[in-house]
Amino acid sequence: MSGDGSAAGKNDRKRSGVSRLLSLDNPYLVPAFITCILLAGHATFGILEGYDKTLLAIGASIAVELALGRIFYGKWVHPASAYITGISVGILIRSPAYWPYALCGAISITSKYVLRVNGRHLWNPSNFGISAMLFLAGETVGSLSIQWGNYLWPMLVIWALGALIIWRLRRFHITATYVLAFLAYAWLRSVITGSPWQSEIAPITGPMYQLFIFFMITDPKTTVRSKTGQCIVAFAVASLEMVLRLAQNVYAPYYALFIVGPIALLIEMWLAWYRARRAAAGASDVRAVR
Amino acid sequence: MIKHRTRKVVLAIVFIALLATPFVIRQMSARAVPHSGTQEAKAAALENYGFYFEEISHKAGLDFVHRAPTLDPKLAPIMPEVASMGASVSIVDFDNDGWPDIYVTNSAEGSRNVLYRNMHDGTFKDVAEAMGIADVNRPGTGVSMGAVWGDFDNDGYEDLLLIKWGRPELFHRIPGGSFARVTDQAGLPKWINANTAIWFDYDGDGLLDLFIGGYFAEDIDLWHLTTTRIMPDSFEYATNGGRKWLFHNLGHGKFEEVSAKMGIESRRWALAAAAADLRGSGHPDLFIANDYGISELYVNDGQRFREVGKETGVGFAPKSGMNVAFGDILNQGRYSVYVSNISEDGILIQGNNLWVPKEGSGGNAIAFDNLARDFGVELGGWSFGAQFGDFNNDGTLDLYLTNGYVSADRKRSYWYDFSKVAGGNSTIIGDAKNWPAFDGRSLAGYQQKRVWMNDGAGKFVDVAQAVGVSDTFDGRAVALADLWNRGVLDVVVANQNGPLLLYRNMATPASDWIEFALEGVRSNRSAIGAEVRLYWNGQQQVQHVSGGSGFAAQNDRRLHFGLGKKAAIDKAVIRWPSGAVQTIDRPAAGQLLHVKEPA
Repeated sequence: MSGDGSAAGKNDRKRSGVSRLLSLDNPYLVPAFITCILLAGHATFGILEGYDKTLLAIGASIAVELALGRIFYGKWVHPASAYITGISVGILIRSPAYWPYALCGAISITSKYVLRVNGRHLWNPSNFGISAMLFLAGETVGSLSIQWGNYLWPMLVIWALGALIIWRLRRFHITATYVLAFLAYAWLRSVITGSPWQSEIAPITGPMYQLFIFFMITDPKTTVRSKTGQCIVAFAVASLEMVLRLAQNVYAPYYALFIVGPIALLIEMWLAWYRARRAAAGASDVRAVR
Repeated sequence: MIKHRTRKVVLAIVFIALLATPFVIRQMSARAVPHSGTQEAKAAALENYGFYFEEISHKAGLDFVHRAPTLDPKLAPIMPEVASMGASVSIVDFDNDGWPDIYVTNSAEGSRNVLYRNMHDGTFKDVAEAMGIADVNRPGTGVSMGAVWGDFDNDGYEDLLLIKWGRPELFHRIPGGSFARVTDQAGLPKWINANTAIWFDYDGDGLLDLFIGGYFAEDIDLWHLTTTRIMPDSFEYATNGGRKWLFHNLGHGKFEEVSAKMGIESRRWALAAAAADLRGSGHPDLFIANDYGISELYVNDGQRFREVGKETGVGFAPKSGMNVAFGDILNQGRYSVYVSNISEDGILIQGNNLWVPKEGSGGNAIAFDNLARDFGVELGGWSFGAQFGDFNNDGTLDLYLTNGYVSADRKRSYWYDFSKVAGGNSTIIGDAKNWPAFDGRSLAGYQQKRVWMNDGAGKFVDVAQAVGVSDTFDGRAVALADLWNRGVLDVVVANQNGPLLLYRNMATPASDWIEFALEGVRSNRSAIGAEVRLYWNGQQQVQHVSGGSGFAAQNDRRLHFGLGKKAAIDKAVIRWPSGAVQTIDRPAAGQLLHVKEPA
C-alpha cells in the first residue's frame, strides 16, 4: 500500500465537499480510512498488542521518507504515502520484537528510492517490505491472519466501505477482477486438491485480504495505467497466487504481487518505449516520403 | 550529476544492509548447541550448568505410551487436530510413604490410566488397577484429559479429580484402602469437555474447592455429533467454548456450583488454569489461559472474583494460551506468570508470554509486562506445558517447556491448510467439515524442547540439548518432583500419542537446597495455597503449594528451593491459607522439612 500523495487538483473546487473528500486526489482519504480500520479494530478486538509497534513502523517510514526526499529531491516530501506504508506495516506484520516494525518500514520506503526505472518505483513499498521481512526474517515475523474476530459484520462493514472508497477512486475494477479470479481459482483448487471449497475461499474472508485487495493491488503508483491493463495485472496476480497456493505457500498473495507487479510495470514501460519508437520511425518515414 | 550518483550508490548499499539485517541478527543470536548424550556432553553440562538429565523411564519401569481418542467419524479428516490432547501427569504421594508417586492419564476408549507407586529403589510399579482408578475411559463415559489431587475431606489422604471429555470423576481415597467413586454424591456435572482443573481453597474455609475450565461446549458429545459446527468461532476471539465451573466445597463430600454467583462467567476455550495469591491479599487469584483468545485473570477478595485481565495487561492480546505456571524468577518475592502459545517460523509468531509484575505495581493495582522476549523465553514452538523449578540448585528458578502438536509425516506439513482456514470467517472455521483433511501430515511436529536456565539477572538460556533433553515427542504435560528425595528436581513429561518420559536430574551436589512438606490443620490438609517465603544469603524467594499448574499437570506438593553454594538460611516464613503466619528461624539446608500448621 502506498498512497498517492499528490495535491488536490484545481477542478476539485468545483465539486461538492463530499465528492472532494472521496476523490482520487484527496491525499488524506486512504490514510484516514486505514487509520479508522486500525482504530476500530484495536478498540473492538485489540488487534494490536499496543500502539507502540504500529507507531514505530509509522515513525520509521515517515522519517526515512523525509530524509530520502530531502536528500534526493531537495524538499520535504508529503508524508501521507509514508504514513500509509507505516500503518500498513504496523497492521500486517506480526512480531513480538520491535525491530521488525522499524526495519520493515525503512525497507519499504527505501525500496521506492532504490528500485526505480524511468523515474517510477517498481514495487508497492509495503508489499516489498512485508514480502522481504516474511522471506528474510521468518523466525521473527509473521503476517496478520486472524484478526477482526473472524466475524461476519466487521467483514461486511470493511468490504462495503472499502468498495465505496475504491469505487470513488476509480479502481474498483481492479479489486473486482481480482476477487472474481480468486473465487474462480478457489473453486478450481478445491477440485484439484479435494479440499472443501469453503476452506479455499476462507482466506479472502479474512482481514489480510481486505487490506490487500482494497489498498495494495490498487496502489496508483505501482499499477499500470490502462484500465484493461490493470484488470489483466489483477488477474495475473490471482493466477500466480493460485500456483503458489497449490505449492502451499502461506503468503501467496504477497509474493504473487511482489513478482507480477514490477513485471507488469516493466512491460508497460517497454510497450510505451516500443510504441514511441515505432511512432518516431513512422514519422521519419513520412518525412522521408515527403 | 556525480554527486547524485554517489548518493544513489550509498543508498543502494544502505538498502542492501537493511535487507541483510535479519540475517545478521539471526547470526548474532545463534549459538552452538552441544550434542547431548555422550559422556563428554554430560561432563560439559555438569561443568557449565551444574546438572544434566538422564531419560530413564524404561529403567524405572514407566513403560507407558499414551493413546489418543478416536472421536466421531465426522471428524475423521481432522482427527489428529481435534484429538490432540489428553496426555497428563500429576505427582502425588497417595500412600503417604514420603515418596512421590505418579498418576498418568490415557485417552483412547477403553484404555487405562496408570498410578505409578514409587518403590523407593529407583523403580515404579503400576497400582492403578488395584486402587480402582485405572478403568476410567470406558466407552460411553468419555476419556481422560487431566487429573489433580487434593485432600478434599481433610482425612489425610489425597483424593483424585479426573477431568475428561466426558463424565468427570471424583475418587475418594479410603484411608488405608483403595479409591471409591464419589462423583454423584459430590454433585459434579454429567458431562463436560474440560482440559483444566485445579484444587484451591478460594474462600479460606479450610476445605478445598474446585475449578474446572471447559474447552469444547459441554453439550457436545464428541463421539456422537449431531453437527460438525463444534470448532471455535474465531481463532482469536472465540467465545463458544465450554463453560466454567466453580465448586464450593460444602463438606461431607458435597459441592455446590457457584461460578456465576462468584463472578466467573466465561465461554472462552480454557486450556490451563492455576491459582496463586498474586496481589498479596491472602486470597488465591485465578489465572486462566485460553486457547483462541485472551487470558483471564480473576482476582479474588475471598467473597467474589473479578476479571481484571485487561486492567492488568494480561488479557488484551489474544493468542493460543496453553499453560499457566507461576514463578518468582527474580527472587523478589513476587510471582511472574508463564503462558505458552504458538510460534512457527515464517507462519505464526505469537510468542509465549512471561508476565512480570510491573515495577511499583501491586495489590489491587497490580499490572504486568510481557517480558518473554527480554528474558529469552518467548519462542518455544507450538508450546504446551511448562513449569518453573531450580534444576541446578543455584537459587534461581529455571523453566522447562515441552512442545509439539502433531508429529506424523515429517515431509508433509498441514501448516498451509491450517493458516488458510484459521484466517477465515467464523462460519467457515467454526465447522469441522470445512477443514481440509490432515491426510497424515504433521503440524508443528518433532519439535525440540526447551530447558531455560535462569541467570538470576533477567536472562534465560536454552540448554535443553546440552543437558540431555533431546526428545521430539508431542509433549503436553510437565510435572516436577524430587522423586527420590535427593534434593534435586526430576521431570516427568506426558506426551500425546507418545511415551511417558522421566528425566532424572543428575545435578552436582555442590549446591545447597531445602524442601518443605506442609500439612494444614486449620487450613486444608493438603496445604494447597500455602506460601513459603525463604530468606537466605541476602535474598528471598517465594513459592506456594499448588493444586494444579502448567498444562494438565500437577507438581509435587512439596516445595523445593535451590540455594546455591554455602547457603545460610535466615528464615522461612510460611503463610497458611487460613491466614496464619509461621516463621521458622535458620532452618538447616539439605533437608526435607515437614511442617504442620499450628493449631
